[in-house]
Amino acid sequence: MDPMTLKYTPTHEWVHLDGDVATLGISRFAVDQLTDLIVIELPKLGATLTKGKPFGEVESVKAVSDLYAPISGEVVEVNNSVVKDVQILAEDPYVKGWLVKVKVADASPVAALLDHDAYQAKVADEAH
Amino acid sequence: MAGEAILKTPLNGWHQAHRGRLVEFGGWSMPVQYSTIIEEHQAVRQRVGLFDISHMGRLEFVGPDALAWLEKLTTNYAARLVPGQVQYSLVLTESGGILDDILVYRTGPGYSVVCNASNRIGVVEHFEANRAGLDASLVDRTFDTAMIAIQGPAALATAQRHLDAPLTDLPYYHGLPATFLGSPTSVSRTGYTGEDGFELTVPADRAVEAWEALIHAGRVFGVLPIGLGARDTLRFEAAMPLHGHEMDDTTDPYAVGLGWAVKLKKGDFLGRAAILGKKGHSTATRVGLELGGKRIARQGAEVMLGGRTVGRVTSGTFSPTLGKALAMASVEPAASAVGTALTVDVRGQVEPATVVPLPFYRRPATPA
Repeated sequence: MDPMTLKYTPTHEWVHLDGDVATLGISRFAVDQLTDLIVIELPKLGATLTKGKPFGEVESVKAVSDLYAPISGEVVEVNNSVVKDVQILAEDPYVKGWLVKVKVADASPVAALLDHDAYQAKVADEAH
Repeated sequence: MAGEAILKTPLNGWHQAHRGRLVEFGGWSMPVQYSTIIEEHQAVRQRVGLFDISHMGRLEFVGPDALAWLEKLTTNYAARLVPGQVQYSLVLTESGGILDDILVYRTGPGYSVVCNASNRIGVVEHFEANRAGLDASLVDRTFDTAMIAIQGPAALATAQRHLDAPLTDLPYYHGLPATFLGSPTSVSRTGYTGEDGFELTVPADRAVEAWEALIHAGRVFGVLPIGLGARDTLRFEAAMPLHGHEMDDTTDPYAVGLGWAVKLKKGDFLGRAAILGKKGHSTATRVGLELGGKRIARQGAEVMLGGRTVGRVTSGTFSPTLGKALAMASVEPAASAVGTALTVDVRGQVEPATVVPLPFYRRPATPA
């Protein structure tokens, strides 16, 4: 994925929409803030994601963080290589480190998410 | 602390200028990390790291009754300290809870105490409230001085570089006055990491100069500045208890495995009457746990034996040295034998855990 063309949530998840399938991940900023990733928990195939609700958690030495669904849908693919080795996420959050793919019934909420520039402005603000 | 100004050590500007991620800790703005916790942790285990520990309380005790005052309010035998010696001790409440764990230094003419940052005000008030009839006073030196810890296998070589006193034969838990880059300094062979190391107290206005000189001296060994994140994982692996985690003002010393720092025979001290009957009769004991999975059982997680709650996790983290999720827990003595199979409720998910010996990590013997 090209981070320039992705849509972002204020909670640092990204979405890439391809037809009715959305690929979800977390941003480089999120990975760099967490540091020292230990383990990630992702939903099972067929699970239902609800926009705004947690769909998994990522744990670092410092803390556990929930992953929030940017969109509702059914999980059609899980990136098990990231579950086996969370360092893949740390190294490459936009390509090899994607998390799940979901089939969405209504893709319209994606348009309302932050674009790359708006997200960068938000994190610049957060990092002072 | 709400509403009070956050305190800054003399090194705060250095931390900000060197990518230190500052967080509030015990009322102070402190770096939690500069790079990653695991990288900083490994630097201390394998090479050398520098810690700004200026947030710790530094209290000087002066006057003819300074020793009597310390004996009255601490659990260890302060009178047995020889000049230069350092002693781990506890300050108890009247009801026998642990107000703070401290180091007592016999400096030669007098005594000084290093206490936890978040307990400094409470410790000072406690001493002042229990001074009746004693000719002694307490001077809070926290703001006139800075304190730097140098820890790791290359700590000796790093600390020695600009120090005029020989450190090689300085025994563990002993200190001496010295001169560091022309400034009066006190140095002790102490630390909170499980490695060999030293702690240096310097005048506040020389702190940046001292810190930079140590960074420079340690460069050849691969020195890193270390934040509170790795300070915690390091002390955790060495099973050093942390006030607010393994102990607080509701736990008695025996329940935390700190009975060795309590000398009941030395005479009366505040809190003694309350803990007299507890030796050998604690309802809890401190154990190490190895989790079955990678998820971390953090402070407060319930520990169970056959579905019954037998205790709680006091500290938990991922051990960078062992590559495992580990925890320290306070459990009923019946659940404390090494090898006991327990479970821990990690945020709603039950995870298997086994009782393992403490400490989790012990540094290899120094080659002769």
